[in-house]
Amino acid sequence: MSLLLENVRKSYKEPSGNRLPVLGIARYELAQGEQAALVGSSGGGKTTLLNVISGILAPDSGKVVVDGKDIAPLPEVVRDRFRAAKIGFVFQTFNLLPAFTALENVLLGMSFSGRGVDRAFAISLLERVGLEKRLDHTPQRMSVGEQQRVSVARSLANKPALLLADEPTANVDPANQDLILNLIRDTCKENNVTLLMVTHAMEVANRFDRLDKLANFNDPQAAYQGVAS
Amino acid sequence: MNLFSIAWKSVKQRKVASLLTAFSVALGVMLMVVVLVIAGAVDGAFNQRSIAYDLIIGAKGSDLQLVLSSVYRVQPPIANLPYMYLDQLRNDRRVETAIPLAFGDFTKPEHGGFPIVGTTNEYFLNEYTPGKMFEVADQAGTRQLSELYDAVVGSQVAHKNSWKVGDQFTIVHGSADSEDTHDEMFTIVSVLRQTGTPNDRSVFLNLEAVYILDGHQKPIDEVETRLNDFYGNDKERLNAALMQMEELKQKRAKGQEIGDQAMGYGLDTPEAMKEITAVYVKTREVFDAISLQSELKNGSKAMAVNPIRPIKRLMTNFVGHIQSALVVLTGMIIVVSGISIFVSIYNSMSDRRREIGIMRALGARRTSVFSIILAESTVLCMGGGVTGWLIGHGLSVAFAPYVSARTGLLLDGWALNPWEFVLFPVLLVLGALVGFLPAMTAYRTNVADALTS
Repeated sequence: MSLLLENVRKSYKEPSGNRLPVLGIARYELAQGEQAALVGSSGGGKTTLLNVISGILAPDSGKVVVDGKDIAPLPEVVRDRFRAAKIGFVFQTFNLLPAFTALENVLLGMSFSGRGVDRAFAISLLERVGLEKRLDHTPQRMSVGEQQRVSVARSLANKPALLLADEPTANVDPANQDLILNLIRDTCKENNVTLLMVTHAMEVANRFDRLDKLANFNDPQAAYQGVAS
Repeated sequence: MNLFSIAWKSVKQRKVASLLTAFSVALGVMLMVVVLVIAGAVDGAFNQRSIAYDLIIGAKGSDLQLVLSSVYRVQPPIANLPYMYLDQLRNDRRVETAIPLAFGDFTKPEHGGFPIVGTTNEYFLNEYTPGKMFEVADQAGTRQLSELYDAVVGSQVAHKNSWKVGDQFTIVHGSADSEDTHDEMFTIVSVLRQTGTPNDRSVFLNLEAVYILDGHQKPIDEVETRLNDFYGNDKERLNAALMQMEELKQKRAKGQEIGDQAMGYGLDTPEAMKEITAVYVKTREVFDAISLQSELKNGSKAMAVNPIRPIKRLMTNFVGHIQSALVVLTGMIIVVSGISIFVSIYNSMSDRRREIGIMRALGARRTSVFSIILAESTVLCMGGGVTGWLIGHGLSVAFAPYVSARTGLLLDGWALNPWEFVLFPVLLVLGALVGFLPAMTAYRTNVADALTS
């Protein structure tokens, strides 16, 4: 099992002091190498779910098992290290660092893993996404599609067990959407990486064999019934 | 890719702001280095390099004035000593060398108003500062006052007036701006090499020539009064002196006044008539200097001064404070520059919130982003510091000849002041201090919020 969520609850504290339940997931799982699209409406908790899975946020309760390890009870510093080593991220807005070249952005992802940087592997990843001639280009010298391809290469830099993609094609033109999507799916398949992609675009989601609707298994109100706020 | 190189990237990304803040640190450090170099040169000139003699002997009065007038030649002399006292010193078993000096005249104002020093050739045959002998700049020079109206000039005097061996000049009486010009014409026989001491801006004449200049002879009555006053109870020496004066009176009565002879004009002036302003003394042993000094303290009309002590006192009580104030001032400039680094980085934090969020999302720990910001402020501080240090020393080296020509101060542009060894650790601490608050902001960044911002 690559990803298992069990009885996961997450709420935010509102300015009034009350807690706003956002996630209430009884069980959700993905097998190793599986690829799934997760569809949810805006404000439905998609990003919070990715943050909980990646360890950026700790859940209020429940289990978040990634690659066999429950990261929910771990201290933040351990979750950070675990995230760097086991989880890749592709963001909607690419989130490349503007001062760094394509190659440096990929190397940056490696440098936080604690395993050192593998320059040759970083270059091979950029070659894989078709950017062998853009290694020394900074983001502002690259097209939007190229930037997202760098982001994909960076997400795979630490050979993650799980890749989380947050609306990766939302900001690219239709011509590049297919390219990016295929790239993410193909590279995950080649490397046996589990892929969870959240999107609100059904035309993207429909291309996955497995399509989950967040609303179908996320019931925060029910999860928090009887829980003191 | 380590944290330092990530910080360096960020510094380069904000090129203009980084350059300006680092430059402000560089400016502060440069000023401090220049102040320290000048302070070192002043300290060297006043303390170590000033004089190679153990004692200065002069008329009783302020020890500082005696040193300033006889060594640095920036103050008028206190009063004169009888020339006969020089013989007394030379016969003292504790004294190895005693060199007479007579001063009070100057080169003409248009020639720079440099002090005139009447002395003997011994002055040039002894070290002017420990381990250093006078050297001539012009190979034609002799470094010897062979003839009565010969003159040896310091490097600064020669440079200012473009004087060379063979050139002639006249001098003025009493003060540098005096219009009372002596008629005698002096001929330069030597130009000394630069020494970095007051000798560079001095003109040396034959002591005997000084006595025969118009206005330098005093009335016999006045001389007798001075001899009585100086020798007081030393009847034997007083009588010997007065006897010479008596002979002079008799000569004058016979019409054989001084100055009548065409050759050797005034050379037969009795010693009792002559006066000197100060005597440089080298003693045989260190203890001899102490013994002579303490002996003169009691009852004598002369005093012996260790040339270093009054200057050290002056440096400690006055000049030292000014130097400290300048160092503190430049230190404050560096601190203000440090604050500008703080402001620059702190202001950039809101723009960089997302960057920090990205790094954290990629697995960077809170301590990692904290270290990156701290490294950034340290890089700016140290980078500015090293640049300022190099510019400061570079400027000191570049301007050393100019400063030397104008002031006689020998600047060693690459000389390291002990304060400089403290400078870089202090800059390191300053960099860490000014980076701390922005680094804490990075540390506390909420990743989820930062990524959605």
